[in-house]
Amino acid sequence: MISFLLNDKAVHIDATQADTTLLNYLRDERNLCGTKEGCASGDCGACTVVVAKANEQGSALEYQALNSCVTFLSAVQGKQLLTVEHLADGETLHPVQAAMVDAHGSQCGFCTPGFVMSMFALYQQDSAPNREQVNVALGGNLCRCTGYRPIIDAALASCTGTPQDKFSQHQAATIAKLNALPNSDAGLDTLFMPTNRNELAATIKATPTARLFAGSTDIALEVTQQLKSLPTLVSLTQVKELQVVEETSSGLKIGAAVPFSKMEALLLKHFPSLHELLDRFASTPIRNQATLGGNVANASPIGDMPPALLALNAVIKVDNGTTRRDIAISDFFTGYRQTRLQNDEWIEAIFIPYLKPNAQVRAYKISKRQEDDISAVCAVFNLALDENSKVLQLKSGFGGVAATPASVDALSDAIKGKDWSKISTFELGKKVLSESFTPLDDVRASAEYRQALLVNLFKRFWLQTNQQSQQIETRVHAYE
Amino acid sequence: MRKLIEQPFTSNPQGKVGKSHPHESAIRQVSGQARYVDDMPQPANLQYAAVGTSPEASGTLNSIDLTAVWASPGVTDVITVDDVPGHVDIAPVFDGDPIFAQDQVLFNGQALFAVLADSVQHARQAALKAIIDITPSAPCLTVETAKQQSNFVRPAHFMQQGDFDTAFGRSELNAQGHLSIGGQEHMYLEGQVSMAINDEEDRVLVYTSSQHPSEVQKLIAEVLGCKLHKVVVDMRRMGGGFGGKETQAAQWACIAALLAKRNQCAVKLRLPRMQDMIATGKRHPFENSYQVGFNQEGLIKAADIDINGNCGHSPDLSDAIVDRAMFHCDNGYYLENVNVAGHRCRTNQVSHTAYRGFGGPQGMIVAEAMMDAIARKVGKDPLTVRKLNLYGDKERNLTPYGMTVEHNLLGDLIARLEASSDYWARREAITQFNKTSPIVKKGLSLTPVKFGISFTAKHLNQAGALLHIYTDGSMQINHGGTEMGQGLHTKIGQIVANEFGVSLHDVEVTATRTDKVPNTSPTAASSGTDLNGKAAQNACIIVKQRLAEFYAETINESELTADKVIFADNYVTLGPHSVEFVRLVQDAYIGRVSLSSTGFYKTPKIHYDRSTGNGRPFFYFAYGASVSEVSIDTLTGEYKVERVDILHDVGRSLNPAIDIGQIEGGFIQGMGWLTTEDLKWDDRGRLISNNPATYKIPAIGDTPEVFNVDLYPRDNDEDSIYHSKAVGEPPFMLANSVWCAIKDAISSLTDYKVDPQLPAPATPEAVLKCIMSIDPDATRSEPS
Repeated sequence: MISFLLNDKAVHIDATQADTTLLNYLRDERNLCGTKEGCASGDCGACTVVVAKANEQGSALEYQALNSCVTFLSAVQGKQLLTVEHLADGETLHPVQAAMVDAHGSQCGFCTPGFVMSMFALYQQDSAPNREQVNVALGGNLCRCTGYRPIIDAALASCTGTPQDKFSQHQAATIAKLNALPNSDAGLDTLFMPTNRNELAATIKATPTARLFAGSTDIALEVTQQLKSLPTLVSLTQVKELQVVEETSSGLKIGAAVPFSKMEALLLKHFPSLHELLDRFASTPIRNQATLGGNVANASPIGDMPPALLALNAVIKVDNGTTRRDIAISDFFTGYRQTRLQNDEWIEAIFIPYLKPNAQVRAYKISKRQEDDISAVCAVFNLALDENSKVLQLKSGFGGVAATPASVDALSDAIKGKDWSKISTFELGKKVLSESFTPLDDVRASAEYRQALLVNLFKRFWLQTNQQSQQIETRVHAYE
Repeated sequence: MRKLIEQPFTSNPQGKVGKSHPHESAIRQVSGQARYVDDMPQPANLQYAAVGTSPEASGTLNSIDLTAVWASPGVTDVITVDDVPGHVDIAPVFDGDPIFAQDQVLFNGQALFAVLADSVQHARQAALKAIIDITPSAPCLTVETAKQQSNFVRPAHFMQQGDFDTAFGRSELNAQGHLSIGGQEHMYLEGQVSMAINDEEDRVLVYTSSQHPSEVQKLIAEVLGCKLHKVVVDMRRMGGGFGGKETQAAQWACIAALLAKRNQCAVKLRLPRMQDMIATGKRHPFENSYQVGFNQEGLIKAADIDINGNCGHSPDLSDAIVDRAMFHCDNGYYLENVNVAGHRCRTNQVSHTAYRGFGGPQGMIVAEAMMDAIARKVGKDPLTVRKLNLYGDKERNLTPYGMTVEHNLLGDLIARLEASSDYWARREAITQFNKTSPIVKKGLSLTPVKFGISFTAKHLNQAGALLHIYTDGSMQINHGGTEMGQGLHTKIGQIVANEFGVSLHDVEVTATRTDKVPNTSPTAASSGTDLNGKAAQNACIIVKQRLAEFYAETINESELTADKVIFADNYVTLGPHSVEFVRLVQDAYIGRVSLSSTGFYKTPKIHYDRSTGNGRPFFYFAYGASVSEVSIDTLTGEYKVERVDILHDVGRSLNPAIDIGQIEGGFIQGMGWLTTEDLKWDDRGRLISNNPATYKIPAIGDTPEVFNVDLYPRDNDEDSIYHSKAVGEPPFMLANSVWCAIKDAISSLTDYKVDPQLPAPATPEAVLKCIMSIDPDATRSEPS
């Protein structure tokens, strides 16, 4: 059974197709047509809904925007699913709705419910967002009419201050309703929700053809875009071993099924230079769902995080319920969307060793658009110098230039021991990099552009990490 | 009988017009109550359709084996072109758009058949199962190939003024350029959708997301083989149109209607996003070139402009679109001796179609490219050259198509914007910045817009309206225009409320329906309010005349004639007498006065003779100008639009908030066209930028942090509705300043000596390629 609050009513689902998306459930089965389908691929935000759940202490509700078009029903187990129809208090619009009207933030109105929901999540979460935070919160919502200015104004005007709406007033009652929902026996005969590694191993054994998923933001595309039927699915989000986030003495261990939005802060605490990569990793609703484990298991050559994990020497911790093993990230990817995972294995966690004190890390992503775009080239550099500015090591990770995410050990080998401040060192590295890959032409970039970026991003890194050139402006977009 | 005067704009104490009323549906939109076609309550007998398409761009269609489609779960019907009882061709103007492919396939993604099933998923899954036998032939995929093969959808058109050859020969300086201009996907957030309901006997009712319900009605009737009076098309609102639902909505409505009639049920057909992007037309890509002769000052003496639209496989609206590109290749600049040629190239792509600006942007950008080229040659700031070449007031005011530019606002408008944007101080600061910044370079540009308002097909410049006043004083207005977010219904409601001096709440603008106002024009060419606003006003005036006469008769004093009656503040006043509006309405009803009327309007003054390329195709011009400042990264080609200042002419604004919304939204959409929106086809003619993951429209972070938008304060000199001006399309082209500013930043690498040949869209890749082409050493510069 899957139990949740749909707006303020408890709903219990005993049986449904495993691959029913939240969007289709709302529109087709509940006739809640305020939530729109714009793309059915998590790229436009018209389908945005908000999910609320009690925080760890059970004292307050946490609100998160989701793209309902790439979400399966298991995602709302034990939570409150809020749709645009429910925000107003009787005849009185919610403050974010009223602000959208006042700012003339809707024209055709089709994207509007999605914006309202993203803004509602921001209203609940942040006491005084600035423009940049508004951009992050609404970066997954596309509007083709307004040019966004009035929407930005509406968000800035309404999302400031302590939430004072019917949701904050009814918070205790809502938490009580959520607590009353049955949480044991969660899941369906077609949509399994194991809660620990033993159950997961047993589920995999019993239904070997069932697909595993965590955030569902990629697998759902097989349903909505390729029109596949996925008759049985296994959700990993309740498996407690996969939800662990741990600062060990030597590194950060991130459970495979932890959504990005849950672990971003900790990741940035230890690896602040990943800021750009994390900020530009999909959109807020996707980050609320998507997981590091999924990003790695997917093994896409254009995933955002694998280049960083390569440059940071991450270790993939793999389990099958009986045996755990570690795989170095540099050994993990075996081909286009292929990994070393066995059929009965899953990723339990990703371990990232802390940086050495002298390490200099930069992560760059080049795409046509800043928000919610996939990289033409992603490049991450991790440089260690000795006290004389001699190169000890330069670890790297690249995306978009080969069939898998890849690092270039030859780059490090070529310049090891060289004086980093010397142009000749840069030239040496440049030569290695320009011979390391044979990128392809595709819809995002030509091979020539990718080749040029490899070299030029290395140049940017070299300029940014050399004392004599650090004052040179090298960026048009600020990611600090 | 003396004619009642129009309600003067200024006698409007309640501010129905000229005030920033929210969009009429704003509250419904923010609360999820605004219904789009896919949200309508479903009839009990509803079935779902999906379309199967061609995997080849060109070839002979030998057969379609539908066995597996029929056998697929939930399938109840499958139709091909052989099952169309009436017309097969659903082209809007000239032949060439079969509802399903016949013997030849003409583009990758062309509809071949349709499936009906018990669910959306079943219909779409079944549509993938056909075995399609096509003998492919070599597709024509570029303008260059089409021209080599003399492959055109329509004959070329030419405009000419003065004597180019002589003037060019005598010019002190000259420049040439070629411009590759990409197309644009509309990316309306609501995709194409129609729901056809089989009505009693031989009638059909169709809900569709269309900018042109009357054409949908006509084409459905033709496809079904019935007359138009059997078909009703209803359109309450679109989730965006932008031209993409002017002709492109009809095919899906026709297929839904065909299936509904055959199966005696209701049928909904909604295209999935990817199919929508593949199977419907886009903004035309263009390949344009120019030669321009000028003097040492930068004053143009002669220009030869060659315009080539990639029309796709059929004419659709391309004749008028390439014409409009030609009409705008002068933009605001006087071309004394000029030849303009416009070619309509046929390629094996989807038939490209209307998109905000309708070819105007692709023509206008040539003018701006010429200005930049001239400026670099004569070593002046591009703004100086632009100002030098503007149309004059009393002379130098004839366009290449023989229309006199009257009431030219650009000189003053640019002067004001130049000052308010602090152009020259910023120019100086940017020049200094660029001297000391080796990697990041800044650019600045001011570009004007002069955009002709009217359909160039003269007969479309007409509109109808239907007004009903009910006995409680509330009223419904219906008109031929469609609401796609632009605020047309809001403005129409304001006009009607203003005419009667009643509250906006008492006016309901109802869904566009072909059984209320017939034979309507598409809501396009920025003309929605100009045409339908005047028609609605006309209906108001007719009913007001009746009410005024009735009231004057009631008062029955010889001095107090009907023409002295005033409608304001919910009252009707005649001399010392006054009556509540609702009271007069009720009295008039009892007095057997008709409280309903149609209204009609046709645009005056316009004419154009295509055989001579001369006339006055436009009622008036809308003007504007923008200043954009950008930063570019010479290592990656990435850029950021830092600041934008806009001053735009909407005449006397009916609703400043809505007009500013059109300006801002148009600008950002234009910026997308010129920057990140990159349509890509593979070498087999398959669109590969076919979803929002691979085709990037501007997102919220692309809106410039400083974005100053002002309305130019001046009434339209022509007698438009309350002397306002059309606003839908003109602001789109304000984004030219972004493209020119990127070029300006690149040009700084050569100390402004070289005019960079930058294509559109200027993706980061295109920018880096351009940088490397003019400065191969750029990436080798040392840290200073």
